[in-house]
Amino acid sequence: MFAYYLELAVRSLRRNIVLTALMIAAVGVGIGASMTMLTTLVALSTNPIPDKSSQLFVPQIDGSGYATLHHDLRSLPRTLAYRDAMAFVKVHPGTRQAAMYRLALNVKPPEGDRFPAGGRATDSDFFAMFEVPFHAGAPWGHNEDVHRDNVVVLSDRLSGRLFPGADAVGKTINLGKRDYRIIGVLHPWIPTPRFYDANAGAYSQDEDFFVPFSTAIERQIESNDYECNETERPGDWAGILSSECPWVQFWAELPEAGQVRGFRSFMQNYAAEQQRQGRFRWLPMVALRDVSEWLANLRVVPNDVRVNSMIAIGFLIVCLINAVGLMLAKFTSRAVELSVRRALGASRANLFLQCVTEALLVGLLGGVLGLGLTTAGLFALRGLQGVTSQDSVAGKLVSLNGEMVLITLAVAIVATICSGLYPAWRASRVQPGWQLKAQ
Amino acid sequence: MAAAFMEVLPILKALRRNKVGAMLIGLQIALTLAIVCNCLSIIQQYRDQMGSPSGLDEANIFTVSNTWVGHADDPKVRIAADLAALRSMPGVADAEESNGLPLGGSGWGTGINLKPDQQHPSASTTEYFVDEHALAVYGIKLTAGRWFSADEIRDFHLGEDLSATSIVMTRRLARALFPSGDALGQVIYLSAPTPLRVVGIVERAQSPWAGISHDASAVENSVFLPERYLNNYVTYVVRAHPGALATAMGAVRDRLYAVTRQRIILSVSPFREMRQRTYQTEQSLSVLLGVLCALLLIVTACGIVGLVLYWVSQRRRQIGMRRALGARRMDILRYFQLENLLIAGTGAVLGIAVGLAGNTWLAATLVLTRMSAGYICVGALIVLALSQAAVLWPALRAAAIPPAAAIRDL
Repeated sequence: MFAYYLELAVRSLRRNIVLTALMIAAVGVGIGASMTMLTTLVALSTNPIPDKSSQLFVPQIDGSGYATLHHDLRSLPRTLAYRDAMAFVKVHPGTRQAAMYRLALNVKPPEGDRFPAGGRATDSDFFAMFEVPFHAGAPWGHNEDVHRDNVVVLSDRLSGRLFPGADAVGKTINLGKRDYRIIGVLHPWIPTPRFYDANAGAYSQDEDFFVPFSTAIERQIESNDYECNETERPGDWAGILSSECPWVQFWAELPEAGQVRGFRSFMQNYAAEQQRQGRFRWLPMVALRDVSEWLANLRVVPNDVRVNSMIAIGFLIVCLINAVGLMLAKFTSRAVELSVRRALGASRANLFLQCVTEALLVGLLGGVLGLGLTTAGLFALRGLQGVTSQDSVAGKLVSLNGEMVLITLAVAIVATICSGLYPAWRASRVQPGWQLKAQ
Repeated sequence: MAAAFMEVLPILKALRRNKVGAMLIGLQIALTLAIVCNCLSIIQQYRDQMGSPSGLDEANIFTVSNTWVGHADDPKVRIAADLAALRSMPGVADAEESNGLPLGGSGWGTGINLKPDQQHPSASTTEYFVDEHALAVYGIKLTAGRWFSADEIRDFHLGEDLSATSIVMTRRLARALFPSGDALGQVIYLSAPTPLRVVGIVERAQSPWAGISHDASAVENSVFLPERYLNNYVTYVVRAHPGALATAMGAVRDRLYAVTRQRIILSVSPFREMRQRTYQTEQSLSVLLGVLCALLLIVTACGIVGLVLYWVSQRRRQIGMRRALGARRMDILRYFQLENLLIAGTGAVLGIAVGLAGNTWLAATLVLTRMSAGYICVGALIVLALSQAAVLWPALRAAAIPPAAAIRDL
């Protein structure tokens, strides 16, 4: 029966090409525009690590007093002072944990001039906690952390630049005038958004190398990102380790609710203790946030993306209203043909299904057109934002993957069928007697 | 007047039998109007922001970022040597070293207090560390007081307290802090409790960050401090003579490498690149929204064309009847135009309401200014004109129906 309806639908669409083309164009343009906008929104809002996002936590403590004074949980510093981070490391609240910070070092390649590269100093647990994919080699272990070994894990991009085509594992590179042994190379890894960074903006740069936290501390490599006024920033290394200026990040993996509760109460006691010891004049606010709360706090989805998505949905609605009108025109203009079918014994439901099938076909074709327009739209969007490489975070944000393709087609078909329901119902209520007599 | 009313009545009666189609067109027009008006308002907002001047002589300024390798000593001597080399280059008017630049994307912000131990700052501002050459380098206009002299400039390393005692601020900030206009000579405080005396006021200098994602209220607040920012990673701001920008930019690398090779020159970029980068989002969004509006108008127009064509084909016999009874082609045309005007007019009224509501929501979300009444009226007129143009072709087709269609079968 469905095949018959499909055949009828194809014939009917072919009969009035102009109307058909207008319908498909309406659906296609609507889908294209809205999916272009929504892809960006989805890319920024998806959970970057769904299987673990409720187990990874970041503690925050109000070292400056601002948040406590204003009772504003939103403005807690994103990083910790060195002494607070080390206190939490000693507690070891969960199964895994990593203290880390961003730094920049000059890379001396085998040939050519030095160039600066951004990287991260972190503990060995980092790679397991955030499920970082390795292309070759492996991360370092607790031993290297303890012994402060000079090992480094390179990003795919840096490894490709320094040792094109060759396996970098086992080689040595010179970072900041010290030699480091390469023990691992990552796959191109672009978590969207880069949630574990304190400045997890959608367009933040990714790291090119990872060194052990303890190694970086011992070599006195400074962070390039401090969360305090430049006059509060300490000038010497001892000052950096003891000042209140926050620069260290800390993530803990707490798979059990009991661990979360335990760590939270530890943090409250710790804050009270620090006040008792005279370090703070106020009782610092504390917070323990999992990945979703952290991203919400950072307001990763910019407002303009939200507004654009609303506008895009409005656009889609207008296009669908358009489609309703056109389908109404199309179906009711075939009143004679439908009456003949009724006279021959088809039920109203049959006519309804026939019209819905036609709507489905229009939806499918419109969806395909919409896909093409979405690809073109994303391409244009990428060009507008000046992004050239596919690898960079922003490039990945605006590319279509298999999931989105299926969703686009599904949305097109469902939306068109919905807009076709009323016209199909009107058409199925045709009075055969009237129509056939008028001939 | 009565004649016009007589014309409208039959149209309304006919529409009552065709409610759904009319509602669909009206709804489309309403939504299109609401969306187009708001998009145009947003685009206008963006264009206004993008057009606001930074205060600098943008056409002739470029920056050089540089970091030294392998030097352990105080960068003061190296910076002085570099600046001397830059200032002696042919084609260069002046140069200085800075911690940030208007629209540059990075810099330092702080709060200003009028009393030494205020709880909440009176205003937020950007602080630029400059030397005595900066006025000439930036090309800013001094409107009151004086700039800094060479002996006022202090050295500053990260972590130290500010030791300057004088400060220059922008006119907007001065007026916000001292509304009676007597900012010169007053004392203010930044993060440290040391008093800073206002010795000069400049016309304008924007903050390094501008654009939709940043605090618009503070973009015109800037202060200048006579501090030499001594760091291993520095940015030089160079102002070339008019017309000499390209040659100066080409020669600067060699000039600096001639001073010492133990450095990495990270970038040499003209100011316009910074402006482009600052407003990248606004630019791309303006284009995006513009394209969307155009598409929306086209889609609505096509929808009207399709639906009215269908109506014409449905009413073929009636139209033929009217022609047979003496109506001219012009009358048929006017009938359809008037019908469309009624539907579109209703849709426009609805669209104005929806558009205003949407704009209120947008103003809250995006911190935009409210759309002026002018926009809505212009938008409504555009949409009405568009729908009238769209209905022209089907109406002409209708007018071309011969009177014989009344009795002849299709």
